[in-house]
Amino acid sequence: MATTSTDWPDRYYDIDQILEKPGPRTDPDFLAGDGVKEFLRTKAKILVIGAGGLGCEILANLALTGFKDIHVIDMDTIDISNLNRQFLFRPKDVGRPKAIVAAEFIMNRVPGVQVTPYYGKIQDKGDDYYLQFNLVICGLDSVEARRWMSATLVNLVDPENPESLKPLIDGGTEGFRGQARVILPTITSCYECSLDMLNKPTAFPICTIANTPRQPEHCIEWASVLEWPRIHGPDKKLDNDDPEHITWLYNLASARAKEFNIEGVTWSLTQGVVKNIIPAIASTNAIIAASCCNEAFKIATSSAAFLNNYFMLIGTDGVYSYTFEHEKRDDCPVCGGSSLDLPISSEMTVEQLIELLIERQDVQIKKPSLSSDSTQIYLQAPPDLEAATRPNLTKKVQDLVAAGGEITVTSRSLPFSLSLRISYT
Amino acid sequence: MIKIWSMKKNEDAAAKKKPKTSAAQIRVQKDLTELDLPSTMKTHFADPADLLNFTLTITPDEGMYKGGAFVFSFAINTNYPHDPPKVKCTQTIYHPNVDLEGNVCLNILREDWKPVLNLNSVMVGLQYLFLEPNPDDPLNKEAAAEMSRNRDQFISNVKASMRGQHLKGVQYANVLVR
Repeated sequence: MATTSTDWPDRYYDIDQILEKPGPRTDPDFLAGDGVKEFLRTKAKILVIGAGGLGCEILANLALTGFKDIHVIDMDTIDISNLNRQFLFRPKDVGRPKAIVAAEFIMNRVPGVQVTPYYGKIQDKGDDYYLQFNLVICGLDSVEARRWMSATLVNLVDPENPESLKPLIDGGTEGFRGQARVILPTITSCYECSLDMLNKPTAFPICTIANTPRQPEHCIEWASVLEWPRIHGPDKKLDNDDPEHITWLYNLASARAKEFNIEGVTWSLTQGVVKNIIPAIASTNAIIAASCCNEAFKIATSSAAFLNNYFMLIGTDGVYSYTFEHEKRDDCPVCGGSSLDLPISSEMTVEQLIELLIERQDVQIKKPSLSSDSTQIYLQAPPDLEAATRPNLTKKVQDLVAAGGEITVTSRSLPFSLSLRISYT
Repeated sequence: MIKIWSMKKNEDAAAKKKPKTSAAQIRVQKDLTELDLPSTMKTHFADPADLLNFTLTITPDEGMYKGGAFVFSFAINTNYPHDPPKVKCTQTIYHPNVDLEGNVCLNILREDWKPVLNLNSVMVGLQYLFLEPNPDDPLNKEAAAEMSRNRDQFISNVKASMRGQHLKGVQYANVLVR
């Protein structure tokens, strides 16, 4: 087996117990012994998204499990308040990029592991970047970033290329609750499929915050939702990360709280309410990160059956966990829609294409609306958009969509949408 | 690595490949093109290529706001439908549930928003505010108090405000349909 010079005898003694012989739940394709060890330690390339509370735990776990080629992306810098749980960071690191500091720390501490950091946004990277990995683990704190990552990996799947299917392991925590899930893009339910399971962020009725505040949070929301735009106008947006902005809100909210005899408006509560912060619990992060890395290890080695597909942990009253299979949705906007290769004549007009879609037995669409990724081709409603796009009806499809381009079709008769890959004959 | 591809073949999903258009964008296209608006509501897109920003004009055909044209701006972000659309009234109007800055008190725009709702539900909800103003959830407290105290006076204030008159130091927008 290929090893780096930094490995010492029995370095992986415990891990090797699992990799040297099959167990009762081992995948039939499991190659016990050197083959799987070599894959894990010299070939597997894993991407960790987020180097915060979950990310620090995930990076440490992966390095100690034997992954040697780890990449990490994070767009944040270290804040003093991170240090209680993000244990790869020290007071001297405050202000430095999380990804870079975390990579340095792991490489120092675990010899032979290569951690490649990227300080920036996941959206900065394109398909070629994501294609180089075997696995992606997310330890993120935002719905938006998760949706983006999940959609990107679903879109990456190329029917002609098995290597394009990248398993995604998504961890998330909120106080004492957490979840870990395995997403096999286009095969199992994706992040978008489960969007309706999310708790909505706490929002108070706007009339309550305007007239009858009863809680300190109501006063803070009043200051941020109503007073900030009223006093600063539409152009000066509230920056949640600017301490001066938070102080401004805090002063206003305090005065209002006093007026209504409400106690409890503090600077940190103000920041917490506007940034929608739920205090992070180190032990929840540790449990969820362990679960994610366990799945990564099982998927990378086939040494045991992996999670199918959703594990949730509720630690608010005792410790409760539940595992279930979250089902894929046919009407999922990311992974549910179907797609169709459609060769058409280069002379065909948009109007003729619409007629073709209505007539085709395998499609059966009523009143389709069409758009490409750059323009609206023809929208059936509302009336002013219909009028604005109507001149396109007589144009040739070729003048609007390049060969190999995609047209997104929506219609009341489709669960979500249909994507047409256009080629010209 | 596990052999995922074989699972994929079994599921016969190999032909699926989705476009690069964002889920929010497709969802907005779906919402808009399936709008079922009565003749009292019209959308206006300043830039037809931009589906995420537009206005909605409501011209109630009954109730005390009949005869007015009320314009709301819609701003949809890329996190739609997880985030609700941001809706504001663009005129200064006299209404118990709309403040002078144009903020609207409609539960499905904030605390009761869910991704299963759509633009049609929001628009119908807005129109309902003009048919049945609700003085129990006030945003313009004075208007709400007037509505509970003296309905006739409230209706006459509504009519005056819609003509663009001054009421208690506030200059209202003339919203009468021309």
